[in-house]
Amino acid sequence: MEQELVIQRNEVRLVNYIIRRMLYAIPILIGVNLITFTLFFVVNTPDDMARMHLGIKRVTPEAILKWKQERGYDKSLIYNSAENGADKFTNTIFFEKSTSMFVFEFGRADDGRDIAHEIKTRMLPSLAIALPVFILGLVSYITFALIMVFFRATYIDLWGVVLCVAIMSISLLFYVIGGQFLISKLWHLVPISGFSGGLDIGKFLVLPVIIGVFSGSGASARWYRTIFLEEMGKDYVRTARAKGLSESIVLFRHVLGNALIPILTGAVVLIPSLFMGSLILESFFGIPGLGSYTIDAISSQDFAIVRAMVFLGSFFYIIGLILTDISYTLVDPRIRLE
Amino acid sequence: MPFKPVILWTDSLIYLLLIVVIIFACYVRRNEHLLIPWKRVGHSVSGMMALTVLILFISIGLLDTVHFRSALESNNSMSTEKIYDAKVLSLFDIIATPLRTNIEKTYSAPFATHLYSKEIIELPQGGQIREFPRLKFGGAHLQNPEKQFSADIAWRTAEGLCFGFLIWLIFVTLLVKLIAYKSGMKFMPVLSIISRGETEIPWKYIFIMSALLLLIFGITLSLSTHYHIFGTDKVGQDVFYQALKSIRIGLIIGTITTLMMLPFALILGITAGYFKGWVDDVIQYIYTTLSSIPSVLLIAASVLMMQVYIGIHPELFDTMASRADLRLLFLCIILGVTSWTGLCRLLRGETLKIREMEYIQAAHAFGVSHWRIISRHILPNVLHIVLIATVMEFSGLVLAEAVLSYIGVGVDPSMISFGTMINSARLEMAREPMIWWALLASFGFMFTLVLSANLFADAVQDAFNPRVKTLRLINR
Repeated sequence: MEQELVIQRNEVRLVNYIIRRMLYAIPILIGVNLITFTLFFVVNTPDDMARMHLGIKRVTPEAILKWKQERGYDKSLIYNSAENGADKFTNTIFFEKSTSMFVFEFGRADDGRDIAHEIKTRMLPSLAIALPVFILGLVSYITFALIMVFFRATYIDLWGVVLCVAIMSISLLFYVIGGQFLISKLWHLVPISGFSGGLDIGKFLVLPVIIGVFSGSGASARWYRTIFLEEMGKDYVRTARAKGLSESIVLFRHVLGNALIPILTGAVVLIPSLFMGSLILESFFGIPGLGSYTIDAISSQDFAIVRAMVFLGSFFYIIGLILTDISYTLVDPRIRLE
Repeated sequence: MPFKPVILWTDSLIYLLLIVVIIFACYVRRNEHLLIPWKRVGHSVSGMMALTVLILFISIGLLDTVHFRSALESNNSMSTEKIYDAKVLSLFDIIATPLRTNIEKTYSAPFATHLYSKEIIELPQGGQIREFPRLKFGGAHLQNPEKQFSADIAWRTAEGLCFGFLIWLIFVTLLVKLIAYKSGMKFMPVLSIISRGETEIPWKYIFIMSALLLLIFGITLSLSTHYHIFGTDKVGQDVFYQALKSIRIGLIIGTITTLMMLPFALILGITAGYFKGWVDDVIQYIYTTLSSIPSVLLIAASVLMMQVYIGIHPELFDTMASRADLRLLFLCIILGVTSWTGLCRLLRGETLKIREMEYIQAAHAFGVSHWRIISRHILPNVLHIVLIATVMEFSGLVLAEAVLSYIGVGVDPSMISFGTMINSARLEMAREPMIWWALLASFGFMFTLVLSANLFADAVQDAFNPRVKTLRLINR
C-alpha cells in the first residue's frame, strides 16, 4: 500500500517535471524566433532581398513591389500604423512570418509549394538515415571504447587512440567521396545514390549509414574511453575488484552501467552534429530528406525554407534535450525530480 | 616605390594575433609558474613533432599574409602618379612565381608531360591529327619525354634530396650550437646526448621530423619547377600551388574565429559566474538560445544574409581580393558568434567555483573593486581553459570550412581553399578516367594540418589539464 503510494507520487513528480521542462522550452523558442526574425528581416530589409533576387542592377520599384507582394513581405515589420486595433500588430511581417512558425505554419517556398507539407514528406527519409546512424553509432563507439579500456596501457589501446585521432582528422567529405568511389563505383556493391520508399530501401541506406557512423567514430570513441577511464578510478571499482570480481565483470557490469550516465548526456551533443552529417550525407546520396532540402534552399537562396529549417532544427534540438533529461532521470535513480 | 603594401582585414587581424602571441610568450617566460605546463608540452614527443609540422604550415601561411600590389610599367613617363596592378599578390606568390604562372590549357595528371585529353593539332605540313598535346610547362624541357622522363625525375629527386639534406644539416648545426651555447657545453657532447634521446625536450624526434619535412621540401622544390607534381585543374592551374594557398585560409579560419569568439566567451562567461543573480540568468538564457539552434543552420542563415549585404553594396570593395577577404572575415565573425557558447558555459562554471575561494573573499574584505578581482584573480585562473578550448577548436574549424564551402556558405568561390578545391574536384568524380589528383592533394595537406593540430592540442591539454594528469597516475 505504502509502496504503491510512493510509486504514484513519483509518477506525479515525473509528469510535473516534464511539464515544467516543456515550459522552460517556450522562452528559448521565442528567443530562436526573434533571432531568425532579426536575421532574415532586419539585417537586410525585404527590399534588399528583392533586389538581390531580381538582379542588382536594372531593377524597377514595381518589380520589387511585385516580388514582395508574392511573398507577403509588403507589410510593416513589427508595427503597422495603417491598421486599426489588433490588426496593428497582426497584419505585419513579424506576426505573419515569425509568430506563425509556432503552429508550424511556414508559408510557401519560392516555387510555390507549401513548406510544411514538404517537411512532412521529407521527415521520414531523414529519420531513416539519422536514427540508424545515431543508434548504431552509439553502440559501436561504446564497444570500441570498451575494447580500448579493457586493453588499457597496452599497444592495442595506444594504436586505438592513434586510429581515433587519425579518423578525427579527416573531413567527412573525404569519407563520402572515398566510400562512394570504393564501394559503389569500383565494387558495385550498392548504388551510388538514390532513394526509394519501398522494401529495397536498405541498399540505398547501407552506405550513408556506414559512412555516417564511421566518420564520427574517432572523436566519440576517444571521448567515451576517457569517460570509462575516469570511472575506472573511482572507489566502487576498487571495492568490486577487492571482492574478487573478474576484470571483465567489473568493466562490463559496473563501469559500463555507471559510465552510461555521462555518455547519455553527451549523446545530446551529438544531435546537432547529426544535422551537419545528414546535410552532407543526404545531398551526396540523393536522399530526399530535410538535409538535402536545406542545401537546395541555400543554393537557390530560398530564404523562407532556410528560416523554417532554422526554427525546426532548434525545435528538434530542444525536444532532444528534454528527452535526454527524462531518460537521465530514469537511468540514474539518484537524481531527484525537484 | 615598385609596390604598394596592401593590408587586408584578415591580415591586420593576423598581425594582431601575432603581437598578442608574442606578448603572451614574453609574459610566460618571465613567470616560472606559467612556464611549467609549457615545459610539459615541450617534453611530449608527439606534441613537438606535430609542432614542427605546424611551424612549417604557419610560416607558409604568414608568407602568404604579406600582401601588396605591384606597380605597372607606365608608357607615359611624364605622369608622376604610379598605377598599381589591380591584382593583390603576396610574398608567397612571389616565391612561388613559377607555380603561379605556369598555367596549362586544362587538366593534366601529376608529373604529366602531355595534356589529359586529346586535341586536334594542326600539323606543320598540313592536315590534322587527334592526339595528346605536349604541356606548355610540365616537362617542357625534355626533348623526348618517353625516353628521358624517368632519368630526369630520378636525377631531380636526387638533387632535391641533396639540397634538402644540406639545409637540414645547416639547420641542425645551428640549433645544436644554440643549445650547446645555452647549456654551456661543447658541441659534440650535446650532439651525442641528443642522438641518444636523453634531452628533456625531444630534440632527436624534432630533428627526425624536420629532416623528413626538409627532404620533402627539397624534392618538391626541385620537381615542382619543371613538373606539375599534383597535376593541374580545369583551367590549367597548378594544384600544388592551390594546396599551398589553401593553408592560409585554413589557418585564418582556425585562429581568427577563436579571436572573434574569445571576447564573447570571456566577458559573458566570467560576468555570469562572478555576479550570479539576474546577470547570470540573462546570460544563460542567451547562450542556451543560441546553442539550441543547430550551428550549421545558423551559420548558413547568417552567411546568406551577409551575401545579400555584400551583393547590394558592391561599392564598398575596391578589389576582388578585398571583397573575398571581407567575406572571409565575416565568415570568421559568424563562426565566432555561433561557437562561443560552449566555452562560455565552461568559464561560467569555473568562475562560480573560483569566486568562492578564500583569496577572493579576502579581496572582497579588503574592498578590492570587482574589475580588479576579475582581472587579477579570476582571469589568470581560467586562462588554461581558454587555451585548451582554443587549441581544441582549431582542427574542428579547419574541417568545418571544407564542409561549409561544400554547402555553399563558406569562403568566396574565387578564393582558393580546401573546401573550394574539394568542391570543384568532386564535380569531376564522374569523369572517365577519373580526375583524382586535386582530391589527393587537398586530402594530404588537410590531413597533415589537422592531424598535427590535433596531436599538438592533445599535448597542450595533457599539460594544462590537472584532472587528466591525476587520471594517468591512477592508471599506472
